[in-house]
Amino acid sequence: MSAMLEVTDLATTFRTTRGLVRAVDGVTFEIDAGRTLAIVGESGSGKSVLARSLMNLLPASADTSRGTAVFKGTQLRGQSTAALRRIWGDEISMIFQDPMTSLNPVVKVGRQITESLRFHRGRRGAAAHERALELMHDVGIPDPASRLGVYPHQLSGGMRQRVAIATALACEPSLLIADEPTTALDVTIQRQILDLLQRLQAEHGMAIILITHDLGVAAGRTDEVAVMYAGRIVEKAATPVLFSAMRHPYTEALLASIPRLENPVHTRLETIGGRPPDLINPRRGCAFAPRCRYAQPRCLEEDPVLETATTAGHEVACFYPVDTAAGRAALSANAAAGASAAGATVGAAV
Amino acid sequence: MKQSTTTTPTLTVVDVPDPPAHAAEPAAPVRRPRDILVKLAAGWLILIVLLALFASVLPIPAYDVRIDRPALGPSLDLARLLGTDALGRSTLSRLIYGARVSLAVGFVSVLIGMVIGGTLGLLAGYLRGVFEKIANILTDSLLAYPPLVLLLALTSTMGSSLRSLVISLGLLAVPTFTRLARANTMAFAQREFVTASRALGGRRLRIVFREILPNVVFPVASYAFVMAAVLIVAEGSLSFLGLGIPPPSPSWGGMIAAAKDRLATQPQLVFIPAAAMFLTIFALNVVGDRARRRFDVRESAL
Repeated sequence: MSAMLEVTDLATTFRTTRGLVRAVDGVTFEIDAGRTLAIVGESGSGKSVLARSLMNLLPASADTSRGTAVFKGTQLRGQSTAALRRIWGDEISMIFQDPMTSLNPVVKVGRQITESLRFHRGRRGAAAHERALELMHDVGIPDPASRLGVYPHQLSGGMRQRVAIATALACEPSLLIADEPTTALDVTIQRQILDLLQRLQAEHGMAIILITHDLGVAAGRTDEVAVMYAGRIVEKAATPVLFSAMRHPYTEALLASIPRLENPVHTRLETIGGRPPDLINPRRGCAFAPRCRYAQPRCLEEDPVLETATTAGHEVACFYPVDTAAGRAALSANAAAGASAAGATVGAAV
Repeated sequence: MKQSTTTTPTLTVVDVPDPPAHAAEPAAPVRRPRDILVKLAAGWLILIVLLALFASVLPIPAYDVRIDRPALGPSLDLARLLGTDALGRSTLSRLIYGARVSLAVGFVSVLIGMVIGGTLGLLAGYLRGVFEKIANILTDSLLAYPPLVLLLALTSTMGSSLRSLVISLGLLAVPTFTRLARANTMAFAQREFVTASRALGGRRLRIVFREILPNVVFPVASYAFVMAAVLIVAEGSLSFLGLGIPPPSPSWGGMIAAAKDRLATQPQLVFIPAAAMFLTIFALNVVGDRARRRFDVRESAL
């Protein structure tokens, strides 16, 4: 009946001295075996907290009482640490952003890779050793036998990330959460790592949640994309649909801000004016309204919810979606007035 | 005021030729004298350790046997190399056997303090919560208590022997190591590899001892040299006060205490053990400083 992972109205807040920070504010999605979901958004949009919320790897100050995350029929939220420990690393694994810090600097690579085998399968000694070699071969580390005994600092960034991936895959998890796995690597290595993840997914049939701020990473290799803004998903669609017919003004602005090779030299880069909203004192209405070219008075009063847009499976949280009658009218009205309802300057219609 | 304004220009004139000379000085030779010092210090420590270990097989008289007239000056004979003390016993023998006490105090006490304090600090720094509060109260109250009063209380209940001395001095070292280990643990507990290990399903105690401990052990252990020096001085002070190990067993502090009345007539009886203590403590500080810097460098390179 249900998908492998079903997340419903998930919220994570942090109590700080300045007030309550709503890092993740009601996120709903699901993912099936063998599928890849990209979660895209700028810094501070709640992507990483979302990833950690799914695994319950949050500091004690986090409040996780709202929302549910059901993995293969098991509720992940409110679960005891002992029960979660059986899932962590075995059924759900995670790859972190920076392989410089996600590997223990004073522990040999071979032992780090077989860590979860030790925890979950009780495998050690020769059996663990053999599996480590197999995993290192799998993730494309040349000459695995001689690399088992090295420390992380003896490896390059790309090799370290491969080690981190091998570690995450040791127990053949059915869900892999990759939190910006390529952000700390240079572009050629990025591609290798993404290719590797894709190949491993095809071989093992696992689901991947790929968290990234790079739309280019999301474009080629994912089945579905969810765009996050201020702790919420503002648009969600199958990858080709999202890139060809985006509906949310934020998605449109994100795509417009990617520099294009065919642009003449010295073309001004498109930016999104303003800055991400304060998550402590959320304003009334749509969180993106102050930076939005389409903003109308209604956007400042009411909060749009995620609804099915033009095609099935394409959801968007906007009153004036891009390229719809309402959206076009809103944009031309703002262009005529020279400013949006929130006061942002709007140039002539494109 | 007037004077200072007239002197300032002359000072700047003197300063002018200085920078080129300073700039011409290459960086590499600057390290040299320190490295020699570290080698000398390590050499001295090794010598003391070897002498203390093999004291019983060395061709020296027993430390509690009268070999000659009292308070002789140094001579070329091995037994009388450093002269005799107020009771006519060989100063060299007593110095070497006394090193056993100092080293036992320096190393065994520090080891006790490091193991107990380090474990407490690791657990407090990672588990936090109630455990940390209890550990903090314990270390704070140990630190708030005057160390001499604490040592007096401990030696009077356990009796004065080498064992009770080592245990009570070890206890004195516990709070320092607890704090050091706790602070280091807290820094490492924030690192991503700890989260990564949790994400793999690692148990908390396993994370503390297999992930964090190997990172914390070096910065904490490099402090052990400095702590050993502190405790050797503490033992000297205790012996001087008559609270150290009972005679006729020799200890450096005890030798100084016994000879203090003869400082005016036979100063060598005070200065020989004092020099041995000074050199050992100085060597421990030099080696400890070097060890600390070495691990600091490793830290920043990661």
